[in-house]
Amino acid sequence: MSPRKRQQFVRGGQYVVFAAVVLLVVFAADWSSLRQNFANLDVAGQAFPELITIALKNTVIYTLSAYVVGFVLGLLVALMRLSSIAVYRAVALAYIEVFRGLPALVVFLIFGFGLPVAFPGLTFPFDQYGTVAVALGLVAAAYMAETFRAGIQAVPRGQMEAARSLGMSHTRAMVSIIIPQALRIVIPPLTNELILLFKDSSLVFVLGVTSLTTELSKFGGDLATEHANSTPLVLAGATYLVITLPLGYVVRRLEAKQRKAR
Amino acid sequence: MTAVEIVDLHKSFGDLEVLRGISASVATGEVVCVIGPSGSGKSTLLRCVNLLEQPNSGKIVVNGVEITDRDCDIDGARRRLGMVFQQFNLFQHLTVLDNLTIAQRKVLRRDKAEAERVAMDNLTKVGVADKVRSYPAQLSGGQQQRVAIARALSMGPEVMLFDEPTSALDPELVGEVLGVMRQLADEGMTMLVVTHEMQFAREVADKVLFMDGGVVVEQGPPDQVIGAPQHERTKTFLARVLDPIHRTE
Repeated sequence: MSPRKRQQFVRGGQYVVFAAVVLLVVFAADWSSLRQNFANLDVAGQAFPELITIALKNTVIYTLSAYVVGFVLGLLVALMRLSSIAVYRAVALAYIEVFRGLPALVVFLIFGFGLPVAFPGLTFPFDQYGTVAVALGLVAAAYMAETFRAGIQAVPRGQMEAARSLGMSHTRAMVSIIIPQALRIVIPPLTNELILLFKDSSLVFVLGVTSLTTELSKFGGDLATEHANSTPLVLAGATYLVITLPLGYVVRRLEAKQRKAR
Repeated sequence: MTAVEIVDLHKSFGDLEVLRGISASVATGEVVCVIGPSGSGKSTLLRCVNLLEQPNSGKIVVNGVEITDRDCDIDGARRRLGMVFQQFNLFQHLTVLDNLTIAQRKVLRRDKAEAERVAMDNLTKVGVADKVRSYPAQLSGGQQQRVAIARALSMGPEVMLFDEPTSALDPELVGEVLGVMRQLADEGMTMLVVTHEMQFAREVADKVLFMDGGVVVEQGPPDQVIGAPQHERTKTFLARVLDPIHRTE
């Protein structure tokens, strides 16, 4: 067999294997059970409108509030990381390493159980919402700080020199010249961070949520347990994807645009 | 009157001694060109005058104010010195107009109308007034460098410093930048220029400094330093620069 023929043969074989697997799955699967358990319209009807009006709404609130906390704190930590004062650098580095190294779940457990036991009477503003914003925000800040640092360092040195040569102070140059350019550079990774936070907001369940403060994962899980049927989980999952897929597309577009601009 | 006085300036980067006792002066209204091979310390000298590099020892006096003094307000001193970089260093996120107005407004506290008037005057002078709404990335290298000159001029500097302003330009764009610099010189601007453009130095400079190995080897009027160099090192350098094809090693 010529090498060319051989290649065609192998390629054909790969299609045959794929078709065989698909046929096997189609015939072996119990379709009525699948439909009954994962796409049950009666159970699906039970999920509305709370899936949107409570679960999705809370997920979005948790995500955005944590994002704002993470953004502000992350930028602050990044500036400390780049400070000329060694103590600030050390504190920032320790913060980043600790919170990037810890699973978010552990942070939530500390906020859910550790802190209330250690400091009875400790409360966060806006109750559950405040706790989530701080706990998730602390984790997000560590990642965002590293992103901001990379962005600031990606701005060419000459920009700072030009700003200083015009008589701007270091702080003024950072605020007016360096940070605005750094923010443009980090928009794609920061949008990725938003997607990650959106998913991580599901960890809120360890704080114990009520029917009013529940979010998508917990909502879907509870309803699935109640009806002994997985349809609510499928719905919750689909709702995540409705948000994350377009965001992911936006990130890819922004990255492509930046590559072209360079 | 002396605009810039440099006295026994020393600068090291680690073990590398880049400036080994430089003394020079620029009189008000004078154009001084600094020439010399790469690594001779000419750019470092210029950056020291703007305190972008901190000299290890020595003194720099600008119009009577010792800027190397520990108590000197560095930001205030830099305001009086315009700097033009090899890589232009325009603010990429701002339009041409905003590049010229931002420091006027944030540092000199000029109001918007006045800052824009000054900016337009200077853009007209360097011939890029029609690009006022463009972003730097949309301009040619020559246009960017002329905008950078206008940006420095907008701060009303007493002295202009040029760090190899044409070295990053395509050859056909060098002329437009040198033209603007020549015009500035004719208007009486005090200028300290690090350059490889021998023709420019010869025609525009009042004084030429030849640097090599961190010291000023030779200085004087261009006809003397470039036209009839006394030192062997100056002769060798000029032979290579002026006739690169038949250079003598």
